[in-house]
Amino acid sequence: MKHLKLTTFLVAAMLATGAAAQEDGGRLDLIVQPEPPSLMLGLVQNGPTQMVSGQIYEGLLRYNTDLEPQPSLAKSWEIAEDGMTYTFHLNEGVTWHDGEPFSSADVVFTTKFLQDNHPRFRAAFSHVESVEAPDANTVVIKMKEPYGPFINAFEAGSMPIVPAHIYEGTDYATNEMNATPIGTGPYKFVEWSKGSFIHLTKNPDYYIDGLPHIDDLYYRVVPDAASRAVAFETGEVSVLPGGAVENWDVKRLTEMDGVCSTSAGWEFFAPHAWMWLNNREGPTSDKRFRQAVMFALDREFVKDVVWNGFGKVPTGPVSSKTNFYSDDVPQYPHDPDKAKELLAEMGYDGTPVRVLPLPYGETWQRWAEAVKQNLEEVGIKVDIDSADVAGWNEKTANWDYDMAFTYLYQYGDPALGVARNYTADQIKKGSPWNNVEGYENPELDKKWAAAAIEPDNAKRQELYTEIQQQIVEDVPVAWLLEIEFPTIYRCNVKNLITTGIGLNDGLRDAWIEQ
Amino acid sequence: MSLWSRFATNRAAVIGLIVLIAVIIIALLAPVMFPKGPWAMVQRPFLAPFDTDGLPLGTDTLGRNVLAGLIYGARVSLLVGLVSTVMALLIGVPLGAVAGFYGGWVDEIAMRFTEFFQTIPNFALAIVLVAILEPSLTSITISIAIVSWPPVARLVRAEVMSVTRREYVDAARLAGLSNLHILTRQVLPNTVSPIIVMASLMVATAILLESSLSFLGLGDPNIMSWGYQIGAARTVIRSAWWLSFFPGVAIVLTVLALNLIGEGLNDALNPHLTRKGKS
Repeated sequence: MKHLKLTTFLVAAMLATGAAAQEDGGRLDLIVQPEPPSLMLGLVQNGPTQMVSGQIYEGLLRYNTDLEPQPSLAKSWEIAEDGMTYTFHLNEGVTWHDGEPFSSADVVFTTKFLQDNHPRFRAAFSHVESVEAPDANTVVIKMKEPYGPFINAFEAGSMPIVPAHIYEGTDYATNEMNATPIGTGPYKFVEWSKGSFIHLTKNPDYYIDGLPHIDDLYYRVVPDAASRAVAFETGEVSVLPGGAVENWDVKRLTEMDGVCSTSAGWEFFAPHAWMWLNNREGPTSDKRFRQAVMFALDREFVKDVVWNGFGKVPTGPVSSKTNFYSDDVPQYPHDPDKAKELLAEMGYDGTPVRVLPLPYGETWQRWAEAVKQNLEEVGIKVDIDSADVAGWNEKTANWDYDMAFTYLYQYGDPALGVARNYTADQIKKGSPWNNVEGYENPELDKKWAAAAIEPDNAKRQELYTEIQQQIVEDVPVAWLLEIEFPTIYRCNVKNLITTGIGLNDGLRDAWIEQ
Repeated sequence: MSLWSRFATNRAAVIGLIVLIAVIIIALLAPVMFPKGPWAMVQRPFLAPFDTDGLPLGTDTLGRNVLAGLIYGARVSLLVGLVSTVMALLIGVPLGAVAGFYGGWVDEIAMRFTEFFQTIPNFALAIVLVAILEPSLTSITISIAIVSWPPVARLVRAEVMSVTRREYVDAARLAGLSNLHILTRQVLPNTVSPIIVMASLMVATAILLESSLSFLGLGDPNIMSWGYQIGAARTVIRSAWWLSFFPGVAIVLTVLALNLIGEGLNDALNPHLTRKGKS
């Protein structure tokens, strides 16, 4: 008892000092790029939608930058020892933005709603047997089998809780309330002036006392990268999310007085860039050729020059920020002589290979040019293909390429964001989000499947380490960079990034020093 | 007075010719001067011009030699300009000649066809064509040719119409020569001078078009051109002005040279039309 009191006192003291230092009020202007197609997070989950709607909607949990679960709509939770039952205890006194009370019925309804509209949710919930609400503040999820990564699937982007009283019994996609989203989050939707800005305002009835601190949020839409940089320089906007300006501008902006930057807030996504190497045909179907490509690439150079030093050269398929990462794998330093040896050994006949860059702007074009130069230095003939976004989708989805740039999010766990690119059951023509390179390794497929449902984390680590070692040896794709998108902001904006999804749900705790 | 001496009286035209010849020689010598090609990453990126030995124009965003890019770019610009102009002439001259010579419904059809192309803005059509054909040196050249032949057709048609009414053509008809013979031997040779003048200006326009396409990112990604250099440098123009400045100067000089030559040729080939106010 004495113990408990002491802790309580300490927590209270910390809260008190914290509250004294933080100031309420003010208006914050942020960039959102590109303009989101919709703000209804249950229906649309692309990047810009998550960035804005993550303030309006909430998930059951949040994740800190080490990807450990934190309370959100659920104030506490228990996982049964066998990994078969998850019990969530919800916060009490939570209301929707229209004043209706929030309850466990909304959570149960959400699991049905998202089944139809959220592919990533559907994949995670395929392991679920049932979702029940024994009382208004408790939700119990029963599993078909233990599924380790499940606990990583509850943040606002993976499972945004939507209001049952608005959507139940309606056609979700055409519900007119989609235009004026209602959530439980710290900010309420006010106005969306298309092509100009999205205005959110403080939710005065938010269930955590004292939060949020800022009165108004304006997400500004500025289509041109150079204009976005200027808007930040003139002070018109105070926050540039990662990727809002070209890499070359980052250095100039961060060197200004009173400007801070951080690469935190992307841990959950851990964007991982690589080139798919077509494992089916052409020179890239030979493992020695693919290894030669890895030795030929000067990945450190690209990190330093094209990405201005941001990011990290990856060792393999799993990002160093994702759980179950292992660096105990074969290494591929920049070694042109070794590459030439491998090419000679396989008898490479000079067949040209096509490189397809990502059509996402200057950075990616320069990257492709650097790769071409690296490969030509060891004697591989390279043609750079060109395509717009639609063309890139078309070519990669139909396997019409030799090497193609891409990057994907990892969502904190190899089973969620990594396996989909390497297992044989993910080889499906027509989608650029799966095993596009055509890598098949039945032995590893079994390990992937076993690791996903292994309840013991130590054993999972063991399996994932073995998988990583074998895949890095096979080089089905050429891993290029763990991308870091620095968030640039005025230093008087405090506590901006506190979670593994950064700006996407970070405005709850942010405050402005006047 | 010989053609050359008439041309030489226009000092500006001579200067234009010298500049153009210099550009051609430099372009031809590119592989000798920079055997590693324009894409080689030779030094740290963003080195300012005149600072480093061997890199008089500095380096670009990936540490490539800007001078090497400029010189290899000259090859592309000249090649595209020349080839697309020849292609445009191959379409425009026969069409205009036939329309002007035969008149009547042949003329009607040919001219409506030409107008169809003329009503679509040049550059917009070129962008669409390149986007459909996928950007490559060939598709860019073809697109430029396709958007630039209509004025040739109209010019040739007008010239042919006026020449056809001359007496020596009537004489040829009376002599029983075939239409084809009259058109190719008697009429067309007398329309050559305005075509030459126009062609020299078309080369200049083609170079500008190619640069604009590359600037918009519709260039051949495997080929270093001036437009590409400027387009790639656009985002860093505030921190590295030289990346877009020097290719810009190269375009200005080359296009200016071609325009001056065109004017000189105009004066030299049409002595009767010597402009007033000129001594």
